[in-house]
Amino acid sequence: MRYPATLQLNGTSLTVELDAGRTLLSVLRGELGLTGTKEGCDDSECGACMVLIDGQPVNSCSFLALQADGRAVTTVEGLASGSELHPLQRAFLEHGGVQCGFCTPGMLISATALLTANPDPTEDEIRAGLSGNLCRCTGYVGIVAAVRSAATELAKVE
Amino acid sequence: MGGRFSAPTALADALTATAAGYRPVAGGTDLVVGARQGKWSLPDDLVALDRIAELRGIEATADGLRIGATTSHADLAAYPAIRERWTAIADAASIVGSPATRHVGTLGGNLANASPAAETSGPLLCFDAQLELRSTSGRRRIALADLFTGPGRTNVASNELIVAVEVPQLEGSGSCYVRLEFRRQMEIAVVGATAVVRLDGDVVRDARIAITALAPTVRRVAAAESSLVGTDGGPAAAAEAGRLAAEAATPISDVRASLDYRTAMAAVVVRRAITGAIRRARGETVPIPASASLFGTD
Repeated sequence: MRYPATLQLNGTSLTVELDAGRTLLSVLRGELGLTGTKEGCDDSECGACMVLIDGQPVNSCSFLALQADGRAVTTVEGLASGSELHPLQRAFLEHGGVQCGFCTPGMLISATALLTANPDPTEDEIRAGLSGNLCRCTGYVGIVAAVRSAATELAKVE
Repeated sequence: MGGRFSAPTALADALTATAAGYRPVAGGTDLVVGARQGKWSLPDDLVALDRIAELRGIEATADGLRIGATTSHADLAAYPAIRERWTAIADAASIVGSPATRHVGTLGGNLANASPAAETSGPLLCFDAQLELRSTSGRRRIALADLFTGPGRTNVASNELIVAVEVPQLEGSGSCYVRLEFRRQMEIAVVGATAVVRLDGDVVRDARIAITALAPTVRRVAAAESSLVGTDGGPAAAAEAGRLAAEAATPISDVRASLDYRTAMAAVVVRRAITGAIRRARGETVPIPASASLFGTD
C-alpha cells in the first residue's frame, strides 16, 4: 500500500505518496530530486546520507520515509541562504575540508547538529560529533579545523 | 514494498496492530539497517512506535526509574540521575554507535534485538531491571535476566511489545561499564563488562558482574560476584573476579576477534569495570564513558 507523507523539507512543505518500506534517502534522491545527500555504505556506517530530522542527525539510508511524516527534514541543500553559503560550508572550503566531496554533505549536517548543541566544541568534541561520518580521503584534519573555525565565526555573528 | 504501515499515537492501537501481525519499528537502527545489510527482509507490515508519547521518557518512581521503551540512548546518557546513581547505564548508552544512532536508537529496541554485544544489557542486568510487556490480552512483568534466550532471541511473544524498563534503586552503589574497542565511536563491543558494587567501609558487601560479547547472551557471572564480596576490591581481588569471569565465558570467534583473544580480554575488562565501580562507590570521579579512562590502569 501507498501512504501519504508530508515532509517539512528545508522549510517547504511537500507531500509524497510512498510504499511502507521506502527509506528516507531513496525518497530524497528519487521523488524529491535532492541528490546532495549521498548513498555511501547504505547500512548506517558511513554517514554520507546524514540529514537532520527535527534538528537531530539521522542516517537517512536506514530511516523509514513514512516515519518522517510531519517532521522537519534538513538536507545539505537547506544550509545555504540563497547564494550565500552557510558559515560551515565556507569554512570547509577555506580549510581544505573538501577533497573528493562525497562525505561533505553528511559532514556538514553532523557539524550543524554539533554546533547547535554545543556552539564552542573542543577538538575532541568535534571528533566525537563527527564520529558517524567517514571521509574516504582521510581529510579529517581539515574538516575538524573547518568546524572549529565555523564555531568561532558563528559566535561572532551571534 | 507492498506492505502496510501504521504510525499510531496511542499504545492501544499499536498493540492491536501487533496482534494483527505488524512488526514494531522504533528508531530502525537494527531492524532497517539489518534489512539493508541483507541479514533479513524488512517485515511487510510495520507499526512505528515513535509517535506514542507514553512509550518515551524517564520517570523517577518511589522504587527507582521507569524508562519508556522508546527512550533514546542519547536521553539515557544525558539523564542526570542515571549519570549519578546508575552510572554504568550512562557509560553504555553514551558509546552506542554514533550521535545519529544514539538519537534514534531506543532502549526497547536494543533489548528486543538481543545482541550478545548490546551495551545497555549488562548494566541493566546488574541493576536487576524488570520489563513490562503489553499485548491486547494484558500485561506481564519479567526480569530482564529472563528475557534473552539466545543471540537475537527473546521471550517476548510475537503479539507483545516491550513498553517499559524498570530499574530499582541500589543505595550506595558504584557502577561501571567498559568495553574493549578498536575505535572510540561507531563500535560494537569486542568484549565488555559491567560491575556494580556496594561497599561497607573498605569492604565489598555486594557485587554484580556481567559479561558482554562473551556468551550467547549478555549474562551475569555468579562465581565472579561472590569472589569479590568480602574483599577490598583491590587489584588482587579484581584480578581473581576477572579470572573467574573469563572461566565462565563461552565466546565465539568472528571477524572482530577470536575466541582465544576474547577469553583473554574478558579478565581485563572485568578488572577494569570493577576498578571503575569501586572508585565511583568511594565517590571518586571516573569520566562517562569510562572505557577510555580505564585503559592501562591494570
